[in-house]
Amino acid sequence: MPEYLVRLVQMHESFRKAELEALAELAGAEIEFVRYDEDSPFCIVRLPSDAAAKAVISRSILSQGIHELWGQGSDYDSLHASVREKSSHLWQKYHDVSFRFTLDCYRGTRELSENRRIIESFSYLDFQGPIRMREAEAEFRVFEDYQFNASTPHTLFLGRFVASSGRLAKTTYDLKKRHYISTTSMDAELALVTANIALAAPGKLFYDPFMGTGGFPIASAHFGAVVCGSDIDGRSIRGTGGSSRKGQVGKRDVAGNFKQYGTQGRYLGGFVSDLTNTPLRLHGIEGGYLDGIISDPPYGIREGLKVLGSREKLGDVERATHRDRFKEPTYIPPKRPYSFIAMLDDILDFAVKTLVVGGRLSIWMPTANDEDIELMIPTNPYLEIVSVCVQPFNKWSRRLLTYKRLRDEDVPPEAIERKRKEYESGVRADDLNVFRRKYFEGFKEYVELKREAQGSVEQQSGKPDVGDDTVQ
Amino acid sequence: MKLLTLNFLTCAIKTCKGSPASFPLHPRDSELEIIETDINLPFLKNILPRLTWDAVRTISTELGLPELPATAPTREDLVEPSSTSEDDAEEVPTQVAKDLHRLLLETCVKEGKLVCGCCEHEYQVKEGVANFLLPGHLV
Repeated sequence: MPEYLVRLVQMHESFRKAELEALAELAGAEIEFVRYDEDSPFCIVRLPSDAAAKAVISRSILSQGIHELWGQGSDYDSLHASVREKSSHLWQKYHDVSFRFTLDCYRGTRELSENRRIIESFSYLDFQGPIRMREAEAEFRVFEDYQFNASTPHTLFLGRFVASSGRLAKTTYDLKKRHYISTTSMDAELALVTANIALAAPGKLFYDPFMGTGGFPIASAHFGAVVCGSDIDGRSIRGTGGSSRKGQVGKRDVAGNFKQYGTQGRYLGGFVSDLTNTPLRLHGIEGGYLDGIISDPPYGIREGLKVLGSREKLGDVERATHRDRFKEPTYIPPKRPYSFIAMLDDILDFAVKTLVVGGRLSIWMPTANDEDIELMIPTNPYLEIVSVCVQPFNKWSRRLLTYKRLRDEDVPPEAIERKRKEYESGVRADDLNVFRRKYFEGFKEYVELKREAQGSVEQQSGKPDVGDDTVQ
Repeated sequence: MKLLTLNFLTCAIKTCKGSPASFPLHPRDSELEIIETDINLPFLKNILPRLTWDAVRTISTELGLPELPATAPTREDLVEPSSTSEDDAEEVPTQVAKDLHRLLLETCVKEGKLVCGCCEHEYQVKEGVANFLLPGHLV
């Protein structure tokens, strides 16, 4: 299989490989990673053909484009040698077509004169076609990879451009331009990446049990999936809360967002419901009916983590009051705080009952940086973990967990009989949600650990204590 | 909410969930609207085996829409035989596919109620958004 150079973006590093793997699966192309480094935006993969390379990359959000690899080296001499050795059989093909050459430096720059000198140094390729900076038939790019603050690059590549990525969607779906959002809307780039990793595609049905203002369904619909969603707060779907966007006219609701992007035909609708008392069918459709579930559940910090029910068990008088009053238009069903861990397990259980075989569940989950991460990832015997991607913040991070629904017969019977888990009990949100408690305590343990570690380093080096600015 | 959604919804009350009478929910006093969209043939083909056809028929009849045939169409019924090809984009939908699209993906419930056939609980639909939150005594 030929080698291709993927020009990635140098952000959300841990999501990049997961996205490429998901897109390759979706395109039905075998992908093999030859060179991948978290600290570099240049990744070399093997793919069957140009067409496969284009199919994989055209939906990618975390890359800029894909190039046929013509050579690589640690300096220009070795690059030229590599180009001569690797790609001389390809030169003839581009002998007479219009072409252009460009230079892409990562963490470095070149003067215009140097730029020209570098491009001229490839004159042995002997292209006789006209040079066209716009709409050239063949585009070649020299890539330079620098260490931070270094004056010369440490790795060089030459590639022939094959296809650009779908990164433009990040701008189209930018939250700053979306008509209706709320405080916890997921930023467009990560929502689109999530939809990619969950394999959203034409013909599929996707669902978000915590839709809010619909960020994830909108991202999935962008890739062609038909979507629906629900939320315990009907106001966020109907949009009576409104948005503060200036100069905006008309009603702002989730349906309006779909209209804004021209995907209203793929929006089945939203409904008000609670995951622990879901109206969706859990039995009766053999083999499931959802192709994907993607969601950012409430962490209990900016959005409350609540389910239906009362904090205390209802007495007879209270039950009677609910029974008499629930049909009144002003009636609001009681809600109680819920354990975060229990909710994650509930999502997994729900996914097992509704996903088709091979269908994916992608959920976001926050963790404090001091915890043993492996222990914190919820599991279910019917779901296989596909990828774990981390978005680090200062004292906490959030993870995108992606699972795949296994076939029933592939699940070992001993795995199904697992112990019933004990969840945190209590009626207050803090008792039920460790993450929330730590968050509002300012991640004390983590900060102290960090300070101790710093203190010991400083003692050894004999430097005076300059204080710790992380405690704020 | 588009009518297809009703194929996946049942009563939210846990004791009803296992009962066959709780599916489908029965639309009552419904105000329907048609929101026209482009036909999505790959989706129709994909979703067809996941439909509970009897339920689709029941809902269609209860809403006073044209009666549907007793047996569900097959995937072959959705594509004009002359246009069958590897490439989805080139396939031409049949009248059956167009009718199904009209019913499931263009007909929307705007206002009304959805009633469980088992416990008679009514779920309100307002502005196209159904409310499945249960009152305190039913949780």
